[in-house]
Amino acid sequence: MKRGGKDGIIRQIFILFLKGWKKKPMGKLLRYLQGYKRESILGPLFKLLEAGFELFVPLVMANIIDIGIQNKDLPYIWKMGGILIALGGIGLICSLTAQYFAAKAAVGFGTELRKDLFSHIMKLSYTEIDMIGSSTFITRMTSDINQVQSGVNLVLRLFLRSPFIVFGAMVMAFTIDIKSALVFVVAIPLLSIVVFGILFISMPLYKKVQKHLDLVLQTTRENLTGARVIRAFHKEKDEIERFEKDSELLSKLQIFVGKISALLNPITYVIIQGAVIALVWIGGKQVYDGAITQGEVVALINYMSQILVELVKLANLMITISKSLACGNRISSVLEMTSSITEREEELLENQKEYKVELKEVDFYYKGGKAPALEGISLKVKRGETIGIIGGTGAGKSSLANLIPRFYDTSKGSVFVDGKNVRGYSLEKLREKIGIVPQKAVLFQGTVRENIQWGKKDAKDEEIWKALEIAQAKTVIEEKGQGLDFMILQGGKNLSGGQRQRLTIARALVKKPEILILDDSASALDYATDAKLRKAIRENGEKMTIFLVSQRVSTIKSADRILVLDDGKIAGIGSHEKLLESCEVYREICLSQEICLSQISTK
Amino acid sequence: MKSKKSTIYRILCSIGKYRFMVVLSLVLAGLTVALTLYVPILIGQAIDLILEEGKVDFHGIGIIIQKMIILILVTSLAQWVMNHINNHITYQVVKDIRIRAFRHLEELPLKYVDAHPGGDIISRVIGDVDQFSEGLLMGFTQLFTGCMTILGTLCFMFSVHVGISFVVVMVTPLSLLVASFIAKKTYTMFQLQSKTRGELTSHIDEMLGNQKVVQAFHYEREAVEKFEEMNQRLKTCSLKAIFFSSITNPATRFVNGLVYASVGIVGAYSVVKGLLSVGELSCFLTYANQYTKPFNEISGVVTELQNALACAARVFELIDEEPQIPDKAEAVELKEANGEVALKDVSFSYKKEIPLIEHLNLHVNPGQRIAIVGPTGCGKSTLINLLMRFYDVDSGQILVNDYDIGNITRKSLRQNYGMVLQETWLRTGTIGENIAYGKPDATKEEIIQAAKEAHAHPFIQKMPKGYDTIISEEGGSLSQGQKQLLCIARVMLSLPPMLILDEATSSIDTMTEIRIQKAFAKMMVGRTSFIVAHRLSTIQEADVILVMEKGRIMEQGTHHELLKKKGFYYKLYNSQFAV
Repeated sequence: MKRGGKDGIIRQIFILFLKGWKKKPMGKLLRYLQGYKRESILGPLFKLLEAGFELFVPLVMANIIDIGIQNKDLPYIWKMGGILIALGGIGLICSLTAQYFAAKAAVGFGTELRKDLFSHIMKLSYTEIDMIGSSTFITRMTSDINQVQSGVNLVLRLFLRSPFIVFGAMVMAFTIDIKSALVFVVAIPLLSIVVFGILFISMPLYKKVQKHLDLVLQTTRENLTGARVIRAFHKEKDEIERFEKDSELLSKLQIFVGKISALLNPITYVIIQGAVIALVWIGGKQVYDGAITQGEVVALINYMSQILVELVKLANLMITISKSLACGNRISSVLEMTSSITEREEELLENQKEYKVELKEVDFYYKGGKAPALEGISLKVKRGETIGIIGGTGAGKSSLANLIPRFYDTSKGSVFVDGKNVRGYSLEKLREKIGIVPQKAVLFQGTVRENIQWGKKDAKDEEIWKALEIAQAKTVIEEKGQGLDFMILQGGKNLSGGQRQRLTIARALVKKPEILILDDSASALDYATDAKLRKAIRENGEKMTIFLVSQRVSTIKSADRILVLDDGKIAGIGSHEKLLESCEVYREICLSQEICLSQISTK
Repeated sequence: MKSKKSTIYRILCSIGKYRFMVVLSLVLAGLTVALTLYVPILIGQAIDLILEEGKVDFHGIGIIIQKMIILILVTSLAQWVMNHINNHITYQVVKDIRIRAFRHLEELPLKYVDAHPGGDIISRVIGDVDQFSEGLLMGFTQLFTGCMTILGTLCFMFSVHVGISFVVVMVTPLSLLVASFIAKKTYTMFQLQSKTRGELTSHIDEMLGNQKVVQAFHYEREAVEKFEEMNQRLKTCSLKAIFFSSITNPATRFVNGLVYASVGIVGAYSVVKGLLSVGELSCFLTYANQYTKPFNEISGVVTELQNALACAARVFELIDEEPQIPDKAEAVELKEANGEVALKDVSFSYKKEIPLIEHLNLHVNPGQRIAIVGPTGCGKSTLINLLMRFYDVDSGQILVNDYDIGNITRKSLRQNYGMVLQETWLRTGTIGENIAYGKPDATKEEIIQAAKEAHAHPFIQKMPKGYDTIISEEGGSLSQGQKQLLCIARVMLSLPPMLILDEATSSIDTMTEIRIQKAFAKMMVGRTSFIVAHRLSTIQEADVILVMEKGRIMEQGTHHELLKKKGFYYKLYNSQFAV
């Protein structure tokens, strides 16, 4: 009767746990196990089998003592010994099978999840990238997935086994003797309380320790990056004092947490050995009464010692699971994120086709931003026109440039390309028309050829050389001696900033885009190269509509029209000369760069 | 080998302070092991008193149980105290060494800090110290108790029954063999896995780190394809690595099972022969279970110890790094410098093979402005390094107030300079604390006054908590220009007679830029100033222009002199400014 009751409880706990699991967002990740249903069921099953065999060992031993030794039956002893070895052998096979299935399911799970997550992140738009941050995405893709994968592996392997052995040992004890088994009924909950209690008390404290360690790390880092300033202000002593204070606090905290963890071993030892004493006493009485035999007392003691190991394993498993769950939840929340840019290739109101690009009363807020990044921008750009965009940091230059390829959606108003609202294009078709050179000169690991082919997948060598020539990068590559096969290291580390910029410009030029956007992308070039570059671009792309974004007046000075942005609003628009006359902000910028002193003074 | 020895020696030295505790810990460990091993014998004796129906010696059992209770309490107490002591030693040693390393860091010449990546130094001070003490001390106690357990078990076993002990001793090496065989096999698989994982991570890094570019060139599909190819490869080798490594536990469990079975068979045989009691057999069975465990642990501990040793060596390497030459004993305190600076035949290079500054002469009168001009990376900061004595000259002299700066205390020399660099550095703390960094006893009014003069007051007031707003190293919500204004305010607070200023090149909005210029101008009045200049007006107004390229001073003179010369400056001027 009692036995059934216990089994019922196990099942109930299990169901409760599964329910709790399903509720969490992590539950959604479980679908990645669906392709591995067979493995995820067979793995734990074989593990249970192994555990079952292990539980028989003390019983066999009891038989050796009670029958073999009692009757001096040597063949029986050999037979039972053989059974012990056989049990071990079968156990080994079962557990190997289980390990294999568990590994297969876990790795499969990780692979599928990784793939889905990667392509999902790839689909997210600039808004989400800004919000979450690339480094977070990278963590999700790497350490978080690995953690979840090993969590799944461990759960499949151990999660059923450990409780099974703990409760199995108790059940076996009941089959031997109900009175002695009561010792188990008391000892198991007691042990669980101690093991899990210490664990749950110390876990948050360990987190606190980690935070403190981060503080010490931060102080160290600050002292390295600020070495000059610290020495200039001769603050070395103060910094050491500060560090000593932090370290002292850290070690105090560590010792405090250590005090709690230090309790685990002694207390569990006392409980287990106390239980053994109780077993000896109660078992002795039962033997005296003839209820059980000597060998069975030995078996009971053996069962007791199996419990502790498994409980500690279970406790550790709980830590891993809770970590994996946290990672899993974080991954889920990325998977649940949807791109704010939706493609809908429907016909939206067409505008005048004579303009290549048109912005109509555009307002733009970054997500979470309180102030508008752009406000009330209207601009009509003819085919083949060169527009310079200038303004201070945060004036909205890049934001404006990013609206044309629809990296962001406007908050109000519309952007038109060839008379059609950009929201009406498929992203691929829209971006096909546009060559963009981003502010940060990013190149990828691979040859020069591969890098330039990002712009045009099937670009031939002549096309690439031509693009390099226009971008003033031809000599750079020629000097490297390996031509287009020159290997660029990750992050373009083996090129200087200016060289990288020129290559990114070539990458945008190779597809001969209808619209070229240079987003402050000549900042690392000297003035002469910058000028040559602009001249070459103009000569080679007469029909190209060009947007030049820059902080430097010299870069945009010769544009057909210059758009002056100040704090998200248009402060002026027109040619250099006209703006000098009419636009206060522009004149201030020129003054601050002292480019046109003479021109101002002659006016 | 010798270095390993000396590392160990030094480790012992750093623990020396706690030698009493270490000895106590070892004694307690020995006690714990001995008592833990003795308990099964008592249990065995008790079992021998439980024979069969009607034949149980309750009185005897009672005595044994009393003994056991005492033993158990003593064992757990010893364990508890030992854990405490170990914790204490570990964390104290971590703290000691860390503080020592950090102190040293403050004394190292900037040459070292500049030449070594910050991450590396940080990992020595933080991670390696942790690894070192935890790995070493925890590893050592584990090793010690492990060996003690093995030895103790052997002694106890042999004292009870030699035959069975031999069986145990013969079979256990199997477990070790199996474990090391699997470890060797899996090593290559793990290597392949981590290599593939590395490839994948670097792809993820590249594509997600530059996702905006990837999207701008709609390269997503290719990125995903390439990813998938690596992902599949990872799947194959991960499965192998994970599976084979997970064989270890079942396999050692199996070997343990073998030991257990053999003890059972031989033991039962001996009992039948009357050479052993049932209680002793049960004791042996317990030993058989315990005995193999330390073996598996020890192999792990050894690698951990080696790792700890390597970490210790790295930490000591940092501590051994030669500190900067201390101030001379006869070094004088430079009071208030008048601002006269002279460089006499100064030569300096970072690397001996590559000469940099050679035989430089320069005389600066009090209150003069020196503009340092040249393309990025031309070595303008080298000059600052020498003036502030962050680096020492190789030959020649730098004189301030006619004192060789080598004969002035560093502290007093640097007190006479105010420095505003382009790479702004702020301490984690409140804005007020940051402004008062060089003068911690400044009053609130002084701080506000300095901020006002640096044109930083208006934006500070707009911050949520004003001067009490906490900012961090990265500056948080502050813009680059605002950070620079704070750095200016920091210098404003106690304006020294000489200045080193670095003009911003870009990414500062126009209004802030103008404010910074105004603040600079205010500071420079009547002070000798060295300015890393990017702006034409600064250059034109300078008393002396130093034109630098590739670390050398190409020309020096006033704007007009240099233009007339039609040399390097002339070319530079034409390419940079005359568009």
